Amino acid sequence: MLRGFAVLLLFQLLGEILTRALGLPVPGPVVGMALLLVALELRPLSDELRATSSGLLAHLSFLFVPAGVGVMLHAPRLASEWPAVVVSLVASTAATLVVTGWIAGRLPRGAGAGEEAQP
Amino acid sequence: MTTRLTDVWVYLAQTPLLWLTLTVLAYVAADALHRRLGRRAAANPVLVSVAILLAILVASGTSYDTYFEGAQFVHFLLGPATVALAVPLHRELGRVRARALRLGAALLAGSAVAIVSAVGVARLAGASRAVLMSLAPKSTTAPVAMGIAEKIGGLPSLTAALVILTGILGAVIGPGLLRLARVRDAAAAGFAMGVASHGIGTARAFQLGERAGAFSALGMGLNALVTSLLVPVLVKLFG
Repeated sequence: MLRGFAVLLLFQLLGEILTRALGLPVPGPVVGMALLLVALELRPLSDELRATSSGLLAHLSFLFVPAGVGVMLHAPRLASEWPAVVVSLVASTAATLVVTGWIAGRLPRGAGAGEEAQP
Repeated sequence: MTTRLTDVWVYLAQTPLLWLTLTVLAYVAADALHRRLGRRAAANPVLVSVAILLAILVASGTSYDTYFEGAQFVHFLLGPATVALAVPLHRELGRVRARALRLGAALLAGSAVAIVSAVGVARLAGASRAVLMSLAPKSTTAPVAMGIAEKIGGLPSLTAALVILTGILGAVIGPGLLRLARVRDAAAAGFAMGVASHGIGTARAFQLGERAGAFSALGMGLNALVTSLLVPVLVKLFG
């Protein structure tokens, strides 16, 4: 648990350092995610990291709560602009779902069937 | 007795422990309610727990800064959680390679549509620049979206609210809309849910099946990368 957490923090720290040192347009944790993905290609995943990651990701939506409460700071702006925001969110989410699903849906026949074949 | 209670409140209201505890309790209660209502999308636990906490903060006259003293410990974990997305991504890599081109095309198109349509429609509807920049990364997972918004002049906490609204919206309309659009393949439907509506969409996709859930997690993770690369470029082009 603690070792897995140390790995995640270390990769986040590396990501933050790289982002700042190189002036990358990507958030530090995303760079950390990419670095960890590369590392996992080079070395097998440890049980500790697997356990810590799945534990954190199982409660991903809980982690959104403090930021969600931050809506209160923006209540005046949302109150004055809510029609634009609602129309934009509905139109954009629907368009994204259909475009992504339509292109990905033209997968070769039986795609995903390989899932069972892998151990 | 009343003064003693007041003293206790004055102490509690200033310590991070109270707000951290209430944040966890609100979510546990909201999650229990969600289960009792048969996981109805409208009773989303994030939405319900945020509403409970807002009511408590307003009723007690507590500022967001005081609340965040306690809640920051939860908020901080968004960073390591983003890094942790590498683990499910890694697990899917082998399965995805065979159909990488198709998924890559869907990802790029979906990510671009998400950004351009959100900003374009809101601009036509007369939204302010701060709102436009907060809307741009709305389809990606919260920690990533907040980081992107911060870099382009959006408001991170407003972005988090828009991300959550997008997630709930995708979870509610996604499965029905994809059926209407004749996307019958579970992998493709899941992938679309993840690209359009991140973690909350992924939670919904897992209810459709394991394969939809796995591809949704993949779509969410990849879209985090693609959106953080695309948004600054698109903002420079059209901003």
